[in-house]
Amino acid sequence: MIVAGLDMGVQNVKVVLLRGGEVISRNLVPSGFNLREAAEQALKEAAENAKISIKEIDHVTATGMGVDLAPRADSTISMISADALAAVHLHPATRTVIDIGAEESRVISCDEKGVVLDFTINERCAAGAGAFLEAMARALEVDLKDMGYLSLEAQGTVSISATCVIFGESDVVSLIHKQTPKQEIARAIYDALAERIMSMIHRIGLKPDVMLVGGVAKDIGFATTLRRKIGLDVIIPEYPEFAGAFGAALYAVNKARREKHNGQ
Amino acid sequence: MERPFTLLIKPGERNIMGNRVDNINYWRWREYRLTLPNKNWKKARVITAGIDVGSVSSKAVIMVDGEIYAVAIKRTGSSSPDSAKKVLEWALEGTGMNIEDIDYIVGTGYGRVNIPMAHTTLTEIACHAKGANYIWGPAVRTILDVGGQDIKAIRCDEKGKVLSFLMNDKCAAGTGRGMEVLADLLKVPIEEMGALSLKIDEEPEPVSCTCVAFARTEAISLLRQGWSKEKVLAAYMRAMALRMCNLLERVGCEKELVITGGQSRNIGIVSRVAEIIGIKPLPTPDWEKDGRDPMAAGAIGAAIFAKVLYEKSQKA
Repeated sequence: MIVAGLDMGVQNVKVVLLRGGEVISRNLVPSGFNLREAAEQALKEAAENAKISIKEIDHVTATGMGVDLAPRADSTISMISADALAAVHLHPATRTVIDIGAEESRVISCDEKGVVLDFTINERCAAGAGAFLEAMARALEVDLKDMGYLSLEAQGTVSISATCVIFGESDVVSLIHKQTPKQEIARAIYDALAERIMSMIHRIGLKPDVMLVGGVAKDIGFATTLRRKIGLDVIIPEYPEFAGAFGAALYAVNKARREKHNGQ
Repeated sequence: MERPFTLLIKPGERNIMGNRVDNINYWRWREYRLTLPNKNWKKARVITAGIDVGSVSSKAVIMVDGEIYAVAIKRTGSSSPDSAKKVLEWALEGTGMNIEDIDYIVGTGYGRVNIPMAHTTLTEIACHAKGANYIWGPAVRTILDVGGQDIKAIRCDEKGKVLSFLMNDKCAAGTGRGMEVLADLLKVPIEEMGALSLKIDEEPEPVSCTCVAFARTEAISLLRQGWSKEKVLAAYMRAMALRMCNLLERVGCEKELVITGGQSRNIGIVSRVAEIIGIKPLPTPDWEKDGRDPMAAGAIGAAIFAKVLYEKSQKA
């Protein structure tokens, strides 16, 4: 049995293909202007990479902000549930999942089965999501890929506004003008985002183990800052940006099994 | 150096459609300077200046005996002191006047702490109220100031004294910066966006989110659904106007209402605010002739305060 998890993100479409519960393919395609086309391409390429025909996929579960535009969705799942399923599957002791995407962040509390107990979302505000880091990296005129390492070299600390990307940008520009070292500004940027996430964590309550997923999890600067603020280890899976798609695929396995069972 | 606005696509970068961006800066609004003729500053009793360094634009107004003599508006650079100096020098250009001829300078705006030539600084709230009182007269009671990243609703008395105010201190949603992002995305010159947003058969529902950082993705998701540029602009401006009217209602909007700041130029915003709040703002004066530019209201107010403060200092 082959199933797919399809995560229709704002910035990237992610696909995970499972055969017998094992990942056989992962694929990421920029969402671009036409989200449906991007998703079709993502599925097609994922199938090609796994050397299967797209018709062999028994069940597709879609999730993400653009779920309505999924080219194929035999079922859908919320990002919250998908994250929790993926996190507990990857690391069974996970009780808190932090997912930081391009435009949305979520903190989820779950049980040992990956069932969601409570959650909080930062939406409609870029200051609490990956978009913040992207905008600040541009203001600092450094590559986002380098900003994390840069922040680790900071000798001192400064602070910037974390309430709004636009205000944060003004702060960064004036710090640059004051000739504050870029390393310190970079650290301030991660501190600001991590503070926002910490206030979400406080709302839900922190239960170890903690897992960080979503594209921002790959950023060493953010992961380091979050670990420092939480004071606990934060587990980051190997492919954090695929957590939603992986969770959706796990859900698809169950769905497909049940359908098969009902069909017989 | 111009302030680099991070949310705009830089020339040469690829946009969402995968095309390289051309060199036309659709977001770029017109900088200008003007001197009012028939005024001889050499015979003046008192010459004052107001400098308003905003997040996006810097304004300088020179007053001769309490009347506008010269106005200049420029984009704010990455340094407040440089921006203040440049805009003041531009206002002085061709007048024969030097900075030393100015008796008193008041600085205001977002960058006011960093204006070295200012004798004193005042908040932009006080300056906008004073400036609006000068531009439109004593009937003004409510001022809506919408700038690059600020929205302020100010109540004042017949002398232009502030009674109360509210502003967006936590979030830049609904401010002028969003218009820059949309001009860039939709390839519409920023000064034509307001009129374009009114070319619709029916006013659409407002967008649900006016976060400036999300303006691009918000607009793209509407374009994906087949919306026209006009309709996207209308939905976005309606949401902006709703945020402004929310502040106005909370501060208590009373006649006469006026709109200052960069967005006073945006007919798409002005007409929607009028419709939602149910009060028609006083029309913008012919500022190209008399210098009474609502975008420079803060600098005008600062120059008036400068005169008052100078005269006080002379008596003492």
